[in-house]
Amino acid sequence: MTKTITLAQGNGGEENNELITKIFYKAFKNEILEKSEDAAVIHGGELAFSTDSFTVSPLFFAGADIGKLAVCGTCNDLAMMGAKPKYLTCSVIIEEGFEVESLERIVESMKKELEVNGAIVVSGDTKVVPRGSVDKIFINTTGIGEIEKKGISSNNITEDDVILLNRDIGCHGATIFAAREGIEMSSALMSDCNSLYPQVKALLDAGINITAMRDATRGGVAAVLNEWAKQSNICIEVEEEKIPVSDEVKGICEMLGFEATALANEGTFVLAIKKEDAARAVEVLKKFDVCASAGIIGSVTCKHLKKVILKSAWGTSRFLETPSGELLPRIC
Amino acid sequence: MGLELKNLYDDFRDANTIKAYAKLIKEDAIKLSKTINIMEVCGGHTHTIMKYGILQLLPSNIKFVHGPGCPVCIMPKERIDHAYVLSGQENVILVTLGDMIKVPGSSGSLQDARSKGADVRFVYSPLDCLKIAKENPTKTVIFFAIGFETTTPMTAALLDTVVKQNIPNILLHVNHVTVPEPMRALISDEACIIDAFLGPSHVSVISGSKIYEEFPRERGKPVVVSGFEPVDVMQSISMIVKQFVENKCKLEVQYKRAVSYEGNMKAQVMIGKYFQKADFRWRGLGDIPMSGLRLKDEYDRYNAEKIYDAILPKQPIDDHKLCICGDILKGKATPPECSIFGTACKPTNPIGSCMVSSEGACAAYYKYGNLI
Repeated sequence: MTKTITLAQGNGGEENNELITKIFYKAFKNEILEKSEDAAVIHGGELAFSTDSFTVSPLFFAGADIGKLAVCGTCNDLAMMGAKPKYLTCSVIIEEGFEVESLERIVESMKKELEVNGAIVVSGDTKVVPRGSVDKIFINTTGIGEIEKKGISSNNITEDDVILLNRDIGCHGATIFAAREGIEMSSALMSDCNSLYPQVKALLDAGINITAMRDATRGGVAAVLNEWAKQSNICIEVEEEKIPVSDEVKGICEMLGFEATALANEGTFVLAIKKEDAARAVEVLKKFDVCASAGIIGSVTCKHLKKVILKSAWGTSRFLETPSGELLPRIC
Repeated sequence: MGLELKNLYDDFRDANTIKAYAKLIKEDAIKLSKTINIMEVCGGHTHTIMKYGILQLLPSNIKFVHGPGCPVCIMPKERIDHAYVLSGQENVILVTLGDMIKVPGSSGSLQDARSKGADVRFVYSPLDCLKIAKENPTKTVIFFAIGFETTTPMTAALLDTVVKQNIPNILLHVNHVTVPEPMRALISDEACIIDAFLGPSHVSVISGSKIYEEFPRERGKPVVVSGFEPVDVMQSISMIVKQFVENKCKLEVQYKRAVSYEGNMKAQVMIGKYFQKADFRWRGLGDIPMSGLRLKDEYDRYNAEKIYDAILPKQPIDDHKLCICGDILKGKATPPECSIFGTACKPTNPIGSCMVSSEGACAAYYKYGNLI
């Protein structure tokens, strides 16, 4: 590992994993932590517990803002364990000089999103630091959820499962990149930032047999699939043309040389579902407006254990690796 | 309906067209008496070949040698050190293009310099330096210019604006290189196995296809200037195979939708105004005479390499002795044959040039496997 921390170590990919394993897991090592789930399952399997810190530039972007993001992020981690988000904490670090009006807007959008989840903020903290000590505002939320279906885990996926996506991928990453770099486009591109609990609840209510769920945040779908392949010791084979990608996201990827599968999402999740329930799960998801392109994208095999294989429409295949490095545009 | 971005690539990724070319290439290749080794010079082509699994569609007697056409990969360590040293100067903002900030020199990468407090930025267009310079009038903006013929005109355009508007706080550190010289150097090596070239096409959008004429005419190596989509590359391979079947040796352009014989004359004039040919030391290939560009002497006052001459390291730095990038570039070896490939040398810790950028041969092999 490098001697000083680099931006690549916060990418949700390979360098990030190395940092977590070699520094944090090493010090905090315990059975619950080592399960590496989106949220820790505690209290005899009754509760899910998770935390997340948020820093995004710009603070307000097409489709959401840092406030909505801060609630969705933690609530989604809970929902991915089959839990209903119940109680959240909210800590903010604010830079001196930050406009109160912006803060009000951010908190208002947090409130709105808490209502979607049926969760409440029960504790909080604020710190104000001198100008330059943080970039405008950092928010941390920690949440507790009540597990409604036990046993959902990224460590239990088998060849009886198929892999699904709830919607088209890469919208959040593409939106933020375009906004940050001042790329102006005449398009409907906006972040997918959204609370996932309603979708999870619909699946549970329909009695769908869910093996695992994970929201594809930093590192994108590529990171989730690779984490699963390793955690469950399986091979995941994905058909590239079945991964839904909007024309807008494809366009950004073309211009800048990105892969949609490596772009961050904030309301997109990957599911491992028992084969016999897969078609019904797609049906349930499609009832949500944002999930029009939900579908099965791949299968679980034993071809190359711990690896993800991407298959093209013309019969070739390659490994889909965990994204690495800082997301940078290509040169020529 | 207007033209949308997807119109530019959708048809060129069509599965049926790709399969049809695969069939055609197979049928023609049966007629060949020997194996054909094609070098794709450009890293963009390497990327396409690996990403779309093109090698899996080819018969066993059509092979690829992955070339040196990635501007980041060919940058020798001592020049990366120049950028590193410059970024550490007081009141300097070092600006460069994308991937360059990831490449480690002898004391670290520009990313490392940034994490230690240096002001390092990447831009999409060199002209973005104008905005940075305007916003930071008390600082010196140094543009670390890299790239082949494709990116040179943009650097020239930046300097043109700096000169005409008399902007006092922009300097250039020029590392531009050109394509024909390394191609010539590679085939001059007796052990080189290259039979034909897939010609870089964005280079030819600027310089025209004329720059490759010498290779079929004087060196007996066919060249097909190819686009970057999988259909483009498959069609170009088919054109090369056809030349061998028909016993021809010529320059052809597959990427006709963008490349002309003469190229972009306006860009060529602009380059000629500010730059002149110079020797360049290529990472992995060594010294190649007249393969680079430098600022003409009359523009010394904009030349960061001259202005900061006293503090810039001069000693050439070679790659680790276990690294076989030079042999890989000549087609003498493939990435998996290297003893440190994927073990000591990885994209997160590149030891040799070909592992540096996603367009380098080793990085492409590592990323996309090509093992299936």
